[in-house]
Amino acid sequence: MQKTISFRLNGQPVKVQADPDRTLLWFLRTDLAVTGTKYGCGISECGACTVLIDHRAVRSCTTAVGAVEGHDVVTIEGLAKDGELHPLQKAFMAHDALQCGFCTPGMILTAYSLLHKNPNPSREEVITGMDKNLCRCGAHVRIVEAILEAAAAMRSVSK
Amino acid sequence: MMNTNLPVRDRTADLRTGDMNPPTRREFIKRLGAGLMVYVVLGPSLGAAVSEGTQSTAGEPKTPTDFNAFLSIGEDGRVTCFTGKIEMGQGPVTSLPQMLAEELDVPLDRVDIVMGDTELCPFDSGTWGSLTTRSFGPLMCAAVAEARGVLIELAAEALKVPASQLITRDGFVVDSKDPSRSVAYGNLTKGKRIARRLGVTPDLKKPSQFKIVGRPQLRRDSREKVTGKARYAGDLRLPGMLYAHILRVPAHGASILRVDTAAARAIEGIVVVEQPDLVAVLHALPDVAEDALDKVHAEFRPSPSKLDDQNIYDHLAGVQEAVHVVTQAGNLEQGKAQVVRSLDATYLNAYVAHAAMETHAALAHVEGKKATVWASTQNPFGARDEIAGALGLPATSVRVITPYVGGGFGGKSFNRQAVEAARLSKATGRPVMVMWTREEEFFNDTFRPAAVVNVKSGLDKDGHIALWDYEVRFAGDRGSDLFYNVPNHRISAVGNFYGPEGIHPFAVGAWRAPGCNTNAFARESHLSGLAELAGVDPIEFRLRHLNNPRIKRVLEAAAKKWDWTPAVGRSGRGFGVACGFDAGSCVAAIAEVTVNPKDGKIVVKRVLCVQEMGLVINPAGATTQIEGGITMGLGYALAEQIHFKAGALVDTNFDSYELPRFSWVPKIETMILNAEDSPPQGGGEPGIIIMGAVLANAVYDATGARLLELPMTPERVKKALAGVAT
Repeated sequence: MQKTISFRLNGQPVKVQADPDRTLLWFLRTDLAVTGTKYGCGISECGACTVLIDHRAVRSCTTAVGAVEGHDVVTIEGLAKDGELHPLQKAFMAHDALQCGFCTPGMILTAYSLLHKNPNPSREEVITGMDKNLCRCGAHVRIVEAILEAAAAMRSVSK
Repeated sequence: MMNTNLPVRDRTADLRTGDMNPPTRREFIKRLGAGLMVYVVLGPSLGAAVSEGTQSTAGEPKTPTDFNAFLSIGEDGRVTCFTGKIEMGQGPVTSLPQMLAEELDVPLDRVDIVMGDTELCPFDSGTWGSLTTRSFGPLMCAAVAEARGVLIELAAEALKVPASQLITRDGFVVDSKDPSRSVAYGNLTKGKRIARRLGVTPDLKKPSQFKIVGRPQLRRDSREKVTGKARYAGDLRLPGMLYAHILRVPAHGASILRVDTAAARAIEGIVVVEQPDLVAVLHALPDVAEDALDKVHAEFRPSPSKLDDQNIYDHLAGVQEAVHVVTQAGNLEQGKAQVVRSLDATYLNAYVAHAAMETHAALAHVEGKKATVWASTQNPFGARDEIAGALGLPATSVRVITPYVGGGFGGKSFNRQAVEAARLSKATGRPVMVMWTREEEFFNDTFRPAAVVNVKSGLDKDGHIALWDYEVRFAGDRGSDLFYNVPNHRISAVGNFYGPEGIHPFAVGAWRAPGCNTNAFARESHLSGLAELAGVDPIEFRLRHLNNPRIKRVLEAAAKKWDWTPAVGRSGRGFGVACGFDAGSCVAAIAEVTVNPKDGKIVVKRVLCVQEMGLVINPAGATTQIEGGITMGLGYALAEQIHFKAGALVDTNFDSYELPRFSWVPKIETMILNAEDSPPQGGGEPGIIIMGAVLANAVYDATGARLLELPMTPERVKKALAGVAT
């Protein structure tokens, strides 16, 4: 059943006709051609498909399109502002915190959500917060460092 | 001091970020602005390196007959490097330009790279076996040195000075007697089209002259990867394309008896392809196609396989296959006669999945007698040949383009998904995307084989190893050689990591350092066992049996860095040690674990890994590869195992198949020993090979329980602990 669905995507208003039961992941990737959001498992186990809904990390592979009605959706493409990378993106680059890069959008957005809730996490809190995101290349130690560095950078800006 | 990341803003970036109208070779060369191209005739030097990594997908390695450009220098002074290698995270997108920039004397940010495009790049046999740096690198450097020679000749003419008086620096040829006289590379090649074939191997730079090679360089692709701009095969789009979902049998060995696609066909927009060996539903929306596959009703003939993850080792231990003696020395009977204390053991390891985060994907566009396929592959030229075979086209009519690959680890050596996409595109007359679900990815994987290793050994009266009779069954012989000094030894192998066919209940294949993980687990576990039997510290025991200076050096460096205090037998500290060779590099590791006796859980506290890998092109990239190997190795050592029964997989997704997580990762220390005067060696694999043994040895040191089977799951640990006399 097609329905009009309105939400914000990466800061821009979106109004589309779509079946609200369709999966957000495929809707973003196919209908809206926003492909930074990745398919990894389809059952919320890996985190590659993570997007932000109102600053909160959500797994788009098990989220219906209808659930974003009226909400603010941010994908990895929307994190940089006017070409200025987000501190997390900068820190991932500075730490070589990625290899194949396929889990990276989900890692960065999960970390964003984590820092949104807790701007000053301990190393253990970062590890716990990221533990449900999978990386096969083994960039974990660098991802943790990058998140801690980004958190510090974000705190110093907000002061 | 780490060099800052260089944003890749170049003429080739669109090839990686999804140019859906890829230029032909002629068009692309035109775009580069003519200039100088250096071609090379690929001779036996590449052919010899082909067979080491994995078996060729099409029998014997092919010697290509055409000429292929390795690099071009454009009129604007930008340099483009062409390679059939692909980027799957392991870092050649950075290290190959480093090598090129070094040899040509141009700034690194002026070097572009085109990878894995069968139309534009020289033939390549596949990205595996840690061969990119050690095998392709020298070829490319030779081509680059040739180019530099041509530039000097041209400059000699332009500046009217003898060539011997000219030097190259930062993209200029400079008169060494009068540095104010110089000419930019781009100006030398302007308006010209010069093609050179590589003749004799030119003189290459010496490490003491290096300014770019050997300096840590951050990844060049990270900006694209942190912003979502990097394109993987599944991200690509063509007008009118369809997404396919393919009917799979429920078990290996099962076959389709009957298919009813009527209900799927009734869905608006669904296209059905029904061929004897390929049934697929396609739609413009991937999720609609996936749902439609549920409406396809099929009956299957069940798999005849009687194997499961319980009886598999009996099967592998008992099955009759030819025994191949890998190496033999001395006299085993003589060795046996010298043995006063013997130690025999059998080591097992389970089937393990590649589980790259990106599943296999390919977008194919077959137009008449021409096919263009964008594929996630470690082997674009192999994919081209597989597709050509399936479509009945000459290989020259098929172009395979490789975008970024989201992890491979050996699992993307074959290209079934690309063949499926091409066949479905041909059948529908439209571009078709095949992107496997995670369940298909597990089901179609070529697993690391389950394997059995039998070791018979013993010590003589002086505590030296007098006998080493080693048989590896179905892991492969890579990494089985004994580098310890044992006069009487025999290494034999049954089967290999890819078979033979019919032994395993499903496909098996190369998995990051094929054979080596299994062989290092068995050999190094056994060495620590023998050390205890001899009453000698395990590092000291190894050193006593080592002649090879490289492996001694890494082991001694590891002991020093760890501040190792010798101890005999079970020390209770939870320290393990292991070492080995792979891909031309040598590696030693020490680890610390704790084991919870109540739940059998192993916590890895710390891993130190010391590696000697010859000349290191990019120390930053090499370090991430070692860290990645250690982290990935936690999986096969502690948790990863495919459960199966009668050809069907029990583990088909990450809900039951466990990959290493953040909370598992220990403190990791790495050290790369300087060996800049030796040729570069492989770096993608050595770091992972020692993880099974170093952790098994650490668990023994902590608890007295010797785990002979990987993975060391909590259940197995508890069972082993129960057998330890307290």
